[in-house]
Amino acid sequence: MKKSAFLGTLTAATFAAGFATAGTLEDVKAADELKCGVATGLAGFAAADAAGVWQGFDVAVCRAVAAAVLGDGTKVKFVPTTGKTRFTALASGEIDMLARNTTWTFSRDVDLKFEFVGVNYYDGQGFMVPKALGVSSAKELDGATVCIQTGTTTELNLADFFRSNNISYEPVPIETNAEAQAQYLAGACDVYTTDASGLASTRATFENPADHAVLPEIISKEPLGPLVRHGDNQWGDIVRWTLNALITAEELGVTSANVGKTGMEAGKNPEVNRLLGTEGDLGAMLGLDKDWAARAIAVGGNYGEIFEKNIGEKTAIGIARGLNASWTDGGLIYSAPFR
Amino acid sequence: MSALPDPHNQGFRLSQLIYDTRYRSMTIQIVAMFGILSFIGWLIGNTNANLAALGKPIEFGFLGDQAGYDINQRLLDYDSQDSHLRAAFLGLLNTLLLALLGCITATILGVIIGVLRLSKNWIVARLMTVYIEAFRNIPVLLWILIVFGIMIEVMPAPRDFRSGEASMMLFDTMAVTNRGIYIPEPLFSGGFSDFSLFGDSALRFDVSTNLLIFLAVLFGGIYGARKLKKRADTIQNETGVRPTTWWQQLLVIFLPTILVLWAMGFHLGYPALKGFNFAGGTYLRNSLIALWIALSLYTAAFIAESVRAGIQAISKGQSEAAHALGISPGRTMNLVILPQALRIIIPPMISQWLNLTKNTSLAIAVGYMDLTGTLMGITLNQTGREMETLLIGMAIYLGLSLLISAAMNWYNNSVKLVER
Repeated sequence: MKKSAFLGTLTAATFAAGFATAGTLEDVKAADELKCGVATGLAGFAAADAAGVWQGFDVAVCRAVAAAVLGDGTKVKFVPTTGKTRFTALASGEIDMLARNTTWTFSRDVDLKFEFVGVNYYDGQGFMVPKALGVSSAKELDGATVCIQTGTTTELNLADFFRSNNISYEPVPIETNAEAQAQYLAGACDVYTTDASGLASTRATFENPADHAVLPEIISKEPLGPLVRHGDNQWGDIVRWTLNALITAEELGVTSANVGKTGMEAGKNPEVNRLLGTEGDLGAMLGLDKDWAARAIAVGGNYGEIFEKNIGEKTAIGIARGLNASWTDGGLIYSAPFR
Repeated sequence: MSALPDPHNQGFRLSQLIYDTRYRSMTIQIVAMFGILSFIGWLIGNTNANLAALGKPIEFGFLGDQAGYDINQRLLDYDSQDSHLRAAFLGLLNTLLLALLGCITATILGVIIGVLRLSKNWIVARLMTVYIEAFRNIPVLLWILIVFGIMIEVMPAPRDFRSGEASMMLFDTMAVTNRGIYIPEPLFSGGFSDFSLFGDSALRFDVSTNLLIFLAVLFGGIYGARKLKKRADTIQNETGVRPTTWWQQLLVIFLPTILVLWAMGFHLGYPALKGFNFAGGTYLRNSLIALWIALSLYTAAFIAESVRAGIQAISKGQSEAAHALGISPGRTMNLVILPQALRIIIPPMISQWLNLTKNTSLAIAVGYMDLTGTLMGITLNQTGREMETLLIGMAIYLGLSLLISAAMNWYNNSVKLVER
């Protein structure tokens, strides 16, 4: 009996492995749950709050996709991943999508066989130092000990920056943000480097944030965005257009407060109508229903709302919109049109 | 009974494979072997098929690509322009360094603690019991993190040396900081230049000719001293009078060594505060020290138990006989008990050394870039070649363990009791 049960499991596992590529949308619907990879804990981007509920800028993207596909923004299983485990988790199918401040690079897109669906945060690598050190530029960091989060683009940028400026440094690779923070605060490294948004988020959790400064140099382009596996274009389109829906909603003034009202009847702006499904049926082209985008916007608000609520200037993290303002306000956040 | 006829020989029938006890066991074994082989074959086939479906068939070309990242502890020359293979090689050297340091200290500590645990002094014996139980019952990762945490929190940061809150030790030659310990380094100002092995390949290896000459002279001196000692033994055996040779022995060892060092311009380089860190001197990283201490203390607890078991396995009559001959307790331990106990201790000691070597793979927890941190860490991440890097890593650890095993088994055979 036991043997046959074992063989049965084995066979099931074989078939499961064989059919895993059948279609992520069907898998998600069948499981009635979206498995979304996020960071292990980065305040403002992805962190569990006191009640154990995941909150943050990246988390909001997961919730929007879950709302569009499953009709409920809480049907998400958040899988915390480190810089090192995230790609394996996505490639193996352990998660359906990854929203973990991941930089869109050529090799990740092409060689690692992933598909970046867009950019939800334009970032760049920066340096944080204690003010007591008296450093005002990254070029003065000759001989410094630098804490880096390993498994990121950061260590490559760092190597390039120090080499091109012909100065030396001592890298200390660290697995998670929390460990890097401990070493940095104890003075075991002079500098902590990661994406500027991550630095702002880390600094906000310090006892005395004012004692630390982020240096002016931004040494890289880090377009961060959600990604999915290569080869399932329908699923990729769903995640891409959910993100675009959030961005377009901000541009067109659709917010979580008014989406319920405007969603009921056709308004005057045809693009809003197409977005919210009161005119035409863009949802059917994606394999979803008409209200998909309305639900995605309703769950956490449009892009601007999500930004302000999680990492905006009124929060402890206090990041200005800067490059991440809508294109209508001079930023880079821009969506292809809904038509 | 003789009425029973002999069984008629009908030749071999296929059913005998199952019903005949002479063949049955072989049948079962062959079937089982085919089962296992086909299962392994299915695993490999399935992995290959799935990787191919992902568009990532197994290939090792990425090893020649530029690594692009830096390694903090470099035992050989390396920069971010070198290949992934070179980075993996540097990582392997860091692993080996840590394993070697750990095995040496763990063995010394383990033997001392194991002997002390059998001490007649109640307090010493109990203290050692507490030590052993504390260390072997808590996961080694926690010990590593605790030692590292204590180091970075308790010791002064380099900038404290500038403000005068902390100062260097041993006549300003050594600095203990929370980034590690800086000690004077041996340098040669003259002598011969280094020579390079393996040309320009990823495994290139610079060897210091000066160091080789120094070692050759030192070992030559030791060899000469032993010759002198042997001669003294012979004279003592023949005449009963032992000539005084201790100063000759010292002279033979030290005089040529010092002369050679002087000729090659030997001097010490001292660490000095410069910019953000100390510069000069040999830098023992905080991560290396934390791993070294934690792994040694942890493994020493296990080795101590093997040592205790080995000593207790020696019959009491041996030590009683030694005492009856008037041999002091210390000499009894060194000359009578330990040499016999060694034969029992070595086999379990081999597995402790293997454990320590494998435990070095926890190094990334404190940012020490060993093989797991370079090849199976950053290289894996930058190239996305999980299968390949893990396979290479596993093969290297396996090879390393087999080498240690082989060497120790050879040693074990050479000291084992020759039975007549």
